[in-house]
Amino acid sequence: MAPQTLLLIGATSDIGRAIALRFAAAGWRLQFAARDLDEAARTADDVAARTGAAATLHRLDILEDDAFPAFLDGLPALPDAAVCVVGLLGDQARGEIDPAHARLVLRSNFEGPALLLGAIATRFSARGTGAIIGVSSVAGERGRGSNYLYGAAKAGFTAFLSGLRNRLAPRGIRVITVKPGFVRTRMTAHLKLPPLLTATPDDVAKAVAAAMAGRRDVVYARPVWRLVMTLVRLLPEPLFKRLKL
Amino acid sequence: MTELSGWGRYPRHATRLLHPATPRAVQGLMAQQAGLIARGNGRAYGDAAIGAAATLGTGALDRIRAFDRETGRIRAEAGLLLCDLLALAVPLGLFPPVVPGTMAVTLGGMAAADVHGKNHHRDGGFGDHVEALTLALPGGGTLVCGPNENAAVFRATIGGMGLTGTILDLTFRLRPIATGWIRQNTVATADLDATLAALAAAGTAPYCVAWIDTLARGAGLGRGLVFAGEHAALADLAAGLPTAPRFPAARPAWLAVPCDLPSGTLNRLSVAAFNALYFRAGARQAGAPVLVPWDRYFFPLDAIGGWNRIYGRRGFLQYQFVVPGPGAGALVGAVIERVSHHGAASFLSVLKQLGPGHGALSFPMEGLTLTLDLPAAGPVFALLDELDRLVVAAGGRLYLAKDARQAPATFAAGYPGLPGFQALRRDIGAPGRIASRLSERLAI
Repeated sequence: MAPQTLLLIGATSDIGRAIALRFAAAGWRLQFAARDLDEAARTADDVAARTGAAATLHRLDILEDDAFPAFLDGLPALPDAAVCVVGLLGDQARGEIDPAHARLVLRSNFEGPALLLGAIATRFSARGTGAIIGVSSVAGERGRGSNYLYGAAKAGFTAFLSGLRNRLAPRGIRVITVKPGFVRTRMTAHLKLPPLLTATPDDVAKAVAAAMAGRRDVVYARPVWRLVMTLVRLLPEPLFKRLKL
Repeated sequence: MTELSGWGRYPRHATRLLHPATPRAVQGLMAQQAGLIARGNGRAYGDAAIGAAATLGTGALDRIRAFDRETGRIRAEAGLLLCDLLALAVPLGLFPPVVPGTMAVTLGGMAAADVHGKNHHRDGGFGDHVEALTLALPGGGTLVCGPNENAAVFRATIGGMGLTGTILDLTFRLRPIATGWIRQNTVATADLDATLAALAAAGTAPYCVAWIDTLARGAGLGRGLVFAGEHAALADLAAGLPTAPRFPAARPAWLAVPCDLPSGTLNRLSVAAFNALYFRAGARQAGAPVLVPWDRYFFPLDAIGGWNRIYGRRGFLQYQFVVPGPGAGALVGAVIERVSHHGAASFLSVLKQLGPGHGALSFPMEGLTLTLDLPAAGPVFALLDELDRLVVAAGGRLYLAKDARQAPATFAAGYPGLPGFQALRRDIGAPGRIASRLSERLAI
């Protein structure tokens, strides 16, 4: 079988790198898309050095949706799978008083990724094959006072992926939603994160690979999150609104 | 603010801990933040990687930028951990030219401390193998330097403890190995003269080091085990361990010290018991060569996670000096005698012959180096002050990557390259901008 190609959207993140390494080790070719090509090159070089995988670099700004068709036309080939790890946590307090910042968080986490994956879905659908993996967040399960701008955008993205899956399932095109939970990176190594709820970027990559190989549509890097978020969703609103979350 | 210490857990200082995600972010911090020092994986023992005002963690700079599997040449970012590099390189039949005693170090730290390994007598320090490095300078610019390019900055950066700038990436060559095994020869020695003679004889081997029982007194003073080693050939493995994997993977730590042990755990009695056992176990292996997996040979202590906690919360001091010339053996004997009479129990005492060094503040010089681990307790400080005087009088010096307590005068006496290093720091605008607790303590 010819090697398959993965398009990695948001190639400069730790999770993106872990996914790239895992797919490259399994023999996939890679297309790295990022706004900052110098940064994307760091990851592409690293993946190539560690695995020998071939990779191409492509400039993409997730906020410039006008350029999405040209971006997709410019890829050496329509990929077999696309994974979107774009995300911007932003600053909730700033977003409450600065609409421009709020808009940036909403557009980076929802509008941009949704429009791009939508465009890719249409091409996959026309071809009749493909897999789409969206990295969303447990923050989208229920809005919390401390990060509801980010959470609302991720909730929108989760709903978008769910709808896309529903639309494309009859055509045999997979859509997988990933909710990583807390992720331990070397940059957060100094933070105290609950070990049971905290995944490594490679745990997330492993969950993505397992979902691709299996049948699960919505995956958590740490299965305990499924239980935690079920409980969070079940809390009655009169109680939930009083919690400091 | 975060309280940071080195691996010895003494001293502890509050500092702003920064985690730049990219080389460009490092440059930005170098331009903005005064009193800054880079920190790799925090394995320097004392205060070398604690910033005067802020500490720049290089953990996110862990990308390999180029790797030629044929020639072994690699360009990698400074925060790449040696253990990650080894996990990639060993199965490909490649090995770094120099490794220190732990693989939990970053490449940047290895260059900044100009670490030496068991092969220093033949191959020099890690810095001798660096072909080029990119340095983020105090103002925020970068400079590529190497043995033939911006050579003065390069020589100051090798062994310069991060005080010329933050190393962003470096290039060096891995060497081919036929197997991941080491053919080890052990010689048990009855006293210091025998140890020194065996160490000199083992100097023909690529790797050699001696362990000394610092608690043995009288006629047995300086007794120990001398370990010589070389990378095993395929034929060695076929003959000795025919079913073993050619390139064994590093084993995870099999034991972890889960919490601080009470400070008195390592006392004269427990260390004496350990040393006696270790000596006997080593002596049994003496004579015939044995095959040892690479990780156990080079990094035996990595098998015990968090071993620095066995000294308890107050921490410990690692004292490593080098003394040159024909009197080095006698000086080592005098030091061991004083440590032994003091009743201080050194759990680990390693003796090694070093070859010449190169960097302006590099530790190695041709001579004998001895390493002692001692609890950071009151009377030990006075003992070490006394040992400092012996070392300085013999023309020796202390290793900055281990140091937590030497006086500025001791340091200045041991490092004749200091004035030149300080002048270079002034030239590149480093004073005040790049400063660690170590550089402030020693007036570098």
